[in-house]
Amino acid sequence: MNILSVENLGVRYEQSIALDGVTFSVEQGDFVGIAGPNGAGKTTLIKAIFGLIPSFSGAVSLFGEAQKKFAKWQSIGYLPQKNVSVNPLFPAVVEEVVLLGLISEKSFPKKVTKADKKAVREILEELGIGDLRKKSFTELSGGQYQRVLLARALVQKPELLIFDEPSTALDPQSRDGFFELLLELNQKKGITILFITHDTSYIQRYASKILYLDRKVMYFGTVENFFQKKEFRDSKHQYHIHYSHSND
Amino acid sequence: MALTCATLGMFLVLRRMSLIGDGLSHVSFGAIALGLFFGVYPLYIAVPVVMIGSYFILKITEKAKVYGDASIGIVSAVGISGGVILASLSKGFNVDLFSYLFGNILAISETEVIFSVTLSFLVLSMLYFFYWDLFSATFDEEYAKTTGIHTNFINILLTLLTAVTVVLSIKVVGVMLVSALLILPSVSALQIARGFKQALFLSILFSLLSVFFGIIFSFLFDIPAGATIVMLSVIFFMLTLVYKKLG
Repeated sequence: MNILSVENLGVRYEQSIALDGVTFSVEQGDFVGIAGPNGAGKTTLIKAIFGLIPSFSGAVSLFGEAQKKFAKWQSIGYLPQKNVSVNPLFPAVVEEVVLLGLISEKSFPKKVTKADKKAVREILEELGIGDLRKKSFTELSGGQYQRVLLARALVQKPELLIFDEPSTALDPQSRDGFFELLLELNQKKGITILFITHDTSYIQRYASKILYLDRKVMYFGTVENFFQKKEFRDSKHQYHIHYSHSND
Repeated sequence: MALTCATLGMFLVLRRMSLIGDGLSHVSFGAIALGLFFGVYPLYIAVPVVMIGSYFILKITEKAKVYGDASIGIVSAVGISGGVILASLSKGFNVDLFSYLFGNILAISETEVIFSVTLSFLVLSMLYFFYWDLFSATFDEEYAKTTGIHTNFINILLTLLTAVTVVLSIKVVGVMLVSALLILPSVSALQIARGFKQALFLSILFSLLSVFFGIIFSFLFDIPAGATIVMLSVIFFMLTLVYKKLG
């Protein structure tokens, strides 16, 4: 089943082209890592998939439906870059944050039920952070923060999970644990995963496919083939390959 | 009114829109002058005019690509200058206009009570029905968009409700101090609250206490009610800062 299809997508910021002619598609069960140099358009691509920024060309379809007509947003879980969009002064507790994952599927007037609170308790327990339920969100450590946002994404029972550099705030040990968890979600629950990372070693270890971007699609295919190709070891991409080895 | 300001103010403060109350109170000054100029009950004119002003603040920010504070400044300046021009054209209502600058809750009429209670009920109902959308858009606007929440609609709703609330508060504290009622109880609550519901509860509590004791002190010491309410709100804010530091 086709989960995500991007065809000839072009995005422009003022006069500069951020993405040009990007085409790829993601099937159910794929675990896709998105990599590329700084300014390659990785986050822009995610934002364009969600329709957060306009495109000047091309089309995006989700679950076989054109993005502009797509309404089942609760089937997509999203974990943005740490500290990018969350209001740092907001005095929410963890339970309230995770409940947000259930709000989108509700019809007007949106009300939180006992079943919703139970679902939140269960997902927090599943992720090993049940004790954080009443803790202030702003007081969490980097690892706890990411797990709570993952819980927010998972509580809505998504078919597709999209992460923008999910491990930047984590120490190497927590990072490994986080990716093991993603692998488990992908293999046991069949959730399709799309994640951005600067660290290609995690793509090599966990993903089934890689989308290498540099404003255009430089490579899209299996991880094995990518690391065998000589052109991705030239000077332009050296940093990323080295970066990945330095973290091994 | 204290309830409305405390609840709405929380969303405004957290969305960095606190000064919209100040800007809209200046628009209401112009609107009240307009009402007095044409001999219409000022608050009837103020509600639609301030709502239009709030819409313009959003549109200027969006279309002219200026920051929100600059667009508030523009609309605010139009309100004040319009009011001053109308006051100078009609020399007869300056005293009435002055009474709106500082408000007087003790002089509120029965019609104004009914008007205020009705609109407060309307604003609180909207906040109740859209609570989770407002929560989501305030906590993380980008995430809210990805879940299909129409954040543009939420922004418009919030500014329109602010417009109505500002007009309602004018009789209590006046044009000059109305933004204090929106900001102070919320920022006080945010100093010590754990969880959003607790923050809302504390904001409402500080607001009600300020208004209640403000009126009593005003009566006992024969001082202006609006200014007393605001000064009490400032004292609550300072107490929360001390409590936070000690805690």
